[in-house]
Amino acid sequence: MRTLIFKSLFTPPLTERAPKVSESALAELAAKVQTTARHKLGHSLSIRQVDTGSCNGCELEIHALSNAFYDIERFGFRFVASPRHADVLLVTGPVTTNMREALIRTYAATPAPKWVVAAGDCARDGGCFAGSYGISGGVQDAIPVDLHIPGCPPSPHDLLAGLLALMNHRLPKRIPKAARVGLPVE
Amino acid sequence: MSEPIDIPTADAMRTHPWLRVMVSREVWERVGHRLAEGTLTLVSHWADGATVHTAWRDPHSGDTGIISLDATNGFFPSLGGMHSPAIRLERAIRDLTGLIPEGAPDPRPWLDHGRWPGKSKAAASQPYAFLAVEGESLHQIPVGPVHAGIIEPGHFRFTCSGETIVRLETRLGYTHKGVAALMTGAPLAQASKLAGRVSGDSTVAYAIAFAQATEVACACEIPPRAVHLRALMLELERIANHLGDIGAICNDAAFSLMLTNCAILRERVLRLAGQMFGHRLMMDCVRPGGVATDIGPKDIKQIGKLIAHFYRRFPAIKALYEDTASLQDRTVRTGVLRYHLAEQFGAGGFIGRASSRNFDARKALPSPPYDKLKFDIALMFRGDVDARIRVRIAEIEQSLSLVKQLLAGLPGGDIIVPVAAQDGEGAALVEGFRGDIFAWLRTSKDGTVSSCHLRDPSCFQWPLLEAAVENNIVADFPLINKSFNCSYSGHDN
Repeated sequence: MRTLIFKSLFTPPLTERAPKVSESALAELAAKVQTTARHKLGHSLSIRQVDTGSCNGCELEIHALSNAFYDIERFGFRFVASPRHADVLLVTGPVTTNMREALIRTYAATPAPKWVVAAGDCARDGGCFAGSYGISGGVQDAIPVDLHIPGCPPSPHDLLAGLLALMNHRLPKRIPKAARVGLPVE
Repeated sequence: MSEPIDIPTADAMRTHPWLRVMVSREVWERVGHRLAEGTLTLVSHWADGATVHTAWRDPHSGDTGIISLDATNGFFPSLGGMHSPAIRLERAIRDLTGLIPEGAPDPRPWLDHGRWPGKSKAAASQPYAFLAVEGESLHQIPVGPVHAGIIEPGHFRFTCSGETIVRLETRLGYTHKGVAALMTGAPLAQASKLAGRVSGDSTVAYAIAFAQATEVACACEIPPRAVHLRALMLELERIANHLGDIGAICNDAAFSLMLTNCAILRERVLRLAGQMFGHRLMMDCVRPGGVATDIGPKDIKQIGKLIAHFYRRFPAIKALYEDTASLQDRTVRTGVLRYHLAEQFGAGGFIGRASSRNFDARKALPSPPYDKLKFDIALMFRGDVDARIRVRIAEIEQSLSLVKQLLAGLPGGDIIVPVAAQDGEGAALVEGFRGDIFAWLRTSKDGTVSSCHLRDPSCFQWPLLEAAVENNIVADFPLINKSFNCSYSGHDN
């Protein structure tokens, strides 16, 4: 163990500079989210990841966000274990009919203010699984979505750029009433 | 040595090496008995239309084959009653096709949660009947389908006595996407894309399995360079996933230094893959007929550099695991899977090999280029979390050597040939990082897939997880579960 730790003392950090905030994410946020995370919550955002039927490719890239190269925690993002602790639901996968209710309940369990980020092509509209009896649609067909991050799967770089947009871009403050009390917006 | 299955070969179809034959109920049941006595291993069990199929392998002779039974009357004799590894596959058959296994020991639905519009036979309003548990002062812990980490959805029902797990029952099917139905009638390219998304971590292995089965069905021979490049991707995928797993298991024992170091190496592999093949996980890089992208001398140099980097860094990571007693205190003798269960269920991958089941599809059904490459099967005997970590470590080392050999012998020439679609049928067994992936399909001459079945190694590994956690404490479950790392999406597909 000592060898590794000593070695790491003499190697420069692998962590890379932050990617540029995603322009397309900003545009989408400007249209949809009436406030930003930073504006509301300061410099930290707790993320609850919810897989509603993905192939697990998106999960692999979300895991990569925590490695030394991307080190997502330096920006104030933290993955939490319960929707009750979350500010952001990061949803991956098409929404399978078997997972739809679980997603809606998770959303309801998340206190407002909250944001939903749908990551990956499947999360938008079911992706290549759309049209199956087992798929109820994209994430926005079940709960309101604030931001889509495209890709199959989105690279850690794209995920980070999208999340940074959510965190940093200052937009006019306005929250739907239903979101304020933590109810699913129908 | 047991007698070979004497089955009529008149209406047999050549799906090398998976000879498929229609059989009578008598032969079907005899195969069931041979599975039960352990002289045959169940490879898969599925239905298309009103025909049920069973793929088998003789562990002694290495012979493989598929038997099919006509079930137009809606019934077929249950194999699950004789051979428990078939139970969940049978429940899935009933959910997906409505065919009823006669004498099945478990009549509960499996993938069907009563929510599929126009297709569900189960009732969503009725709670799933978990197996009854009797005893004094037992309590239950329900977990999922939404889990506490960045993982796929599934439900675990623990019954505990104090801290000790008395029984775990898993309920899966939450990620069922109806892949087989989506593939039916889909053009080959689209079906190949779907195959690569059955389980994203094994996208290369699935794409190869699908492509190989297609190439058998369409009598297509792919260029040697494509064969090598496929194996190169497959080994890179194995290295990346094993690194992720080793790090994550140790992290579940609160030893994050391993995770940090493994994750760095993993990221380096993925970045190189992205640079060479245009996709970090190498999705859609394998296609029927060959591979999508070629690599140049520059890429080969880059891989060489990466391997050299591994030889510098990996021994320290391995030593870190082996020298940390507090970490091994958590992994040694935790979650023991016994050999006879691994053998009975035909447990593939590191799970089987950590319980000394000597099976690796790359050796058992040697196809190019593996028939010409030198590598050892990593075998361990204790069947605990530690053994599953050590098998992965050994496999990373073997895969590094395989990558070197593949590059040294990389033939020139084309990387893809057009597949002339025809009415045909094919099957393949490919050793992904998690274990052997079975693919069977039927193609149509209009260039579409008329039927496809993909079986994830997890189908036989999930039930074994339930056995391995018995009598362990709840706090060790994440560790044991991660050491299995079964695929939800692959299982449910």
